[in-house]
Amino acid sequence: MANLRRTPLYDEHKNLGAKLVDFAGYEMPVQYSGIKSEHEAVRNRAGLFDVSHMGEVFFRGPDAEAAVQRLVTRDVSRLAEGQAGYAAVCYESGGTVDDVLVYKRPGAEYMIVVNAANREKDIEHFRENVPGLDVEISDESDEWSLIAAQGPEAVEMLETFTETDLASVKYYRFVEGEIAGKRAIISRTGYTGEDGFELYLANDDAPEVWRSLVEAGAAPAGLGARDTLRLEAGMCLYGNELDADTSPLEAGISFAVHLTKDVEFIGQGALLRQDADGLDRKLVAFEVEGRGIARHGHTVTDGAEIVGEVTSGTMSPTLGAAIGLALVAPTTPDRFEVIIRDNPIPAKIVELPFYKREK
Amino acid sequence: MSLPQDLKYTKSHEWVRTDENGDTATIGITDHAQDELGDVVFVELPSVGDTFDKGETFGTVESVKAVSDLYAPIAGEVVEVNSALEDSPEKINEDPYGEGWILKLKTSGDSGDLLSAADYEKVMEEGD
Repeated sequence: MANLRRTPLYDEHKNLGAKLVDFAGYEMPVQYSGIKSEHEAVRNRAGLFDVSHMGEVFFRGPDAEAAVQRLVTRDVSRLAEGQAGYAAVCYESGGTVDDVLVYKRPGAEYMIVVNAANREKDIEHFRENVPGLDVEISDESDEWSLIAAQGPEAVEMLETFTETDLASVKYYRFVEGEIAGKRAIISRTGYTGEDGFELYLANDDAPEVWRSLVEAGAAPAGLGARDTLRLEAGMCLYGNELDADTSPLEAGISFAVHLTKDVEFIGQGALLRQDADGLDRKLVAFEVEGRGIARHGHTVTDGAEIVGEVTSGTMSPTLGAAIGLALVAPTTPDRFEVIIRDNPIPAKIVELPFYKREK
Repeated sequence: MSLPQDLKYTKSHEWVRTDENGDTATIGITDHAQDELGDVVFVELPSVGDTFDKGETFGTVESVKAVSDLYAPIAGEVVEVNSALEDSPEKINEDPYGEGWILKLKTSGDSGDLLSAADYEKVMEEGD
């Protein structure tokens, strides 16, 4: 694979026998032992993901908060220091530039974690849209590695590698500490529907932390399992549920949009109009009732007319059923059809998430 | 990677086992193909009595991530399908040349340009 970038954990993936694919310009592990077994390891024990391809963008300076407020849909003034929040970045049209995690760090500094495929576009959008603000926007993606340890046994496992009291770090909170003797931002976040942490590490430190956790029994898990896990948890994937033509309200992440926040944000006007006028499309979760697996791009009909499109679909390893998300007209009935290889296959709307962990 | 010497193969990674009389061919996908696909979770099979031309799509195998069409290695009429795959598609991963067989075709016997194991091995090497 020529001209692909590699994360600092590339050699680890090779040694573990991973199948590597091109993902957002990076040579990334799609699977090691197999998607189903990795998925089950995360649901039942602990799994380990290399997500170092994600981008870390820092906002510093007197107007750092004002800049972030202008760029994202969440009211970040409500974040406490040491708290992270999920947000969308929108165009004036209300369409989505990216979906991101915003971290409020000590010293009124913000870190925005962006999708790898959107990194360059995001940085350009950030810089273009903060005129007159005294802020330094610094893309430090290439200096950070990111390891996600996820699953019901992940926290217990991490506790053996740190002095930090992990139990006191609540969901969507983060602290700075050491893991296996290496400095890390330790963040109780993830993209699997399980408890766990994401560890932001210096590139040189990442391989040793990765090896320590693998030796402790965490199952290396690839992008394939990451996708089935996030879909079961009902989480959006940019490029599937969200894109430049789809607003965060349509994609069902209104919890990340503070429409009436005091500081005006890009896209606020369009989103307020959508909210007032009603949405043209809505995101629904469905289960396929007939034989077949719905996939991204498949057409949805109400039996007569086209009413929308599947944004994500897979065979759910946990449920043993074909599940998916679709963007459809708001009038779509609870039972509809997905066109799979020219055949209409019945499906029914179900509640999100498909899977919720026991607490 | 397992590659039985007594079978014939296609460039699209199907295998063919012709019976003694030469008129029935059992067809499946190779060990290499199942490994590339990953965990098979769905198989779409044709009906008994359907007929296919050589190279025509006769079904679909889906893994968690990928969808792959199946192509008829030879022309013929479907005389049997492995309906056990509908409930247990993982048999294709576990035993691709045995319990993971996909269908049987009644054929006029023209299997002239199928690949030998050695030739198929070259196809795999070129594919990588």
